Amino acid sequence: MLINQKKCVGCGNCVAICPMGAIYVDPQKSRATINDDACVECGTCFRGMSTETLNPTFVRTVRKVAKFLRFRFEPEPDVCPTGSFEMNELEMPRLIRQIFSDPVVEHKSTGIKGRGTEEVKTNDVSLRVGTNEVGYTIEFGRPGVGVKFSEIQEMTRTLAQHNITFEGNNPITHLMTDVKTGDLRADILDERILSAIVEIKTKIDTVEEVLQVVSEVNERIDTVTAVGVSTRCNDSGNDETLAPLLEDLGYNFSRAKTNLGLGRVTNTIKLNKAKESAQ
Amino acid sequence: MTNTLHRYGTADSFDDDYIIFAIPSIGNNDEGCIPKMKEFLRICAKYGPANMGNGNRGSFAPEKGLNPAIHWNREANPDWEAVIEGVKKPGTVAAVFPNEESAKACFEEVVKCDFGLSVNISSSVENAREVAGNCGVKRHSVEYALAFNDPHDHLPNSQILGLSTMCGHGMVSFNLARKMLDLVREGRRTPDQAVATLVRFCPCGVYNPARAKRLLEAAIKEQR
Repeated sequence: MLINQKKCVGCGNCVAICPMGAIYVDPQKSRATINDDACVECGTCFRGMSTETLNPTFVRTVRKVAKFLRFRFEPEPDVCPTGSFEMNELEMPRLIRQIFSDPVVEHKSTGIKGRGTEEVKTNDVSLRVGTNEVGYTIEFGRPGVGVKFSEIQEMTRTLAQHNITFEGNNPITHLMTDVKTGDLRADILDERILSAIVEIKTKIDTVEEVLQVVSEVNERIDTVTAVGVSTRCNDSGNDETLAPLLEDLGYNFSRAKTNLGLGRVTNTIKLNKAKESAQ
Repeated sequence: MTNTLHRYGTADSFDDDYIIFAIPSIGNNDEGCIPKMKEFLRICAKYGPANMGNGNRGSFAPEKGLNPAIHWNREANPDWEAVIEGVKKPGTVAAVFPNEESAKACFEEVVKCDFGLSVNISSSVENAREVAGNCGVKRHSVEYALAFNDPHDHLPNSQILGLSTMCGHGMVSFNLARKMLDLVREGRRTPDQAVATLVRFCPCGVYNPARAKRLLEAAIKEQR
């Protein structure tokens, strides 16, 4: 991300906007400046801020007068008055920051199949997680903290030593050089991103062990994690295994995503395959 | 893609937060899914959502090239049509409802339409069960949100977390939530104006302005 220094008037609106606190107004230049190491290329400043097209010289003059008179210059909090943000072309490994941090960017260049994942949101069709199985989404860095890939690797390496399966269609799994060890690509380890999700699956009897591992590793890595645990309900639409287990383990789960089972396979190829195998 | 699982709050605090979303499964039912996704959103728009999104834009979007005179007359009105017409690729389409009645009514019609897409509700466990049960629908799968693990004390207080985590992709920064809360406390902005600022930063359209307003008002009430 770039800030056009000819346009910026140093109003400071963007300072609060940045989820990573990577923008500050340089007192020497009186211009907003980006700390490139802290910036995760999420695009919140460029995409999220509304813009005006005011003349920078005019705005700076008004601000100087207001400052002298101890007036408070208070533009709309979400507006960049001169549209100073510019998105620059990124190359690997820095591009990986944008891929994992900007939710609207598509990223075919790395061959990674999307930042997000279907998780159990399509489990009624994909049958990814069965009864007596548990899917986990282990999210790093969000909200508002960020994470380095080296810290994610600490988790994936540790998890790999337990009886788990990494989800094949997950972006982090795509970045692994070895799914047996949980090793990630060496060229990205120093890159900081806004968030990432590691997805694994286990049998239900290892829930306590996995959650304990996540908690222990989190102590060693300087970020925040949020875990989602999922399972398939029984034929009556009830979860009589995972929820009671989580309660026994002392977890409070006030929120959930509930898949209501309305999906079905409709793609022609898939339907034909199903017919063939039935015959 | 949206991310609505890890919103901060107690189960009761989600009583004005029902997110219904439809999603095709790639390789399974994504053929011809665009018209279905659009129709899903059209149905949602009829039942008074607080926000809607198509994964690329929400119904409250940033405005580019504003005239500075707008400062005195700036309104935040949802643009449902832009969200519906903006559906171009398979992905998540979502609507946020501020009460159980509208969520139930919308879901009932979605069930009748039988799109064949996966439909999920993100709210408290009980709220989702209630909406599903109202139509005689049995839950297929459930993903529970466990609390944030924050052993290094990075996270701010519950008021800021409540406002910030409604954008699950983290586009509503802690600092912006804090700034808007302070502006309301100082009487420089109304809760409605503060919410209009916050909601524009969520590109997926799952930020709940109704809940944000309630959280802001509760925070102000608490200080009195």
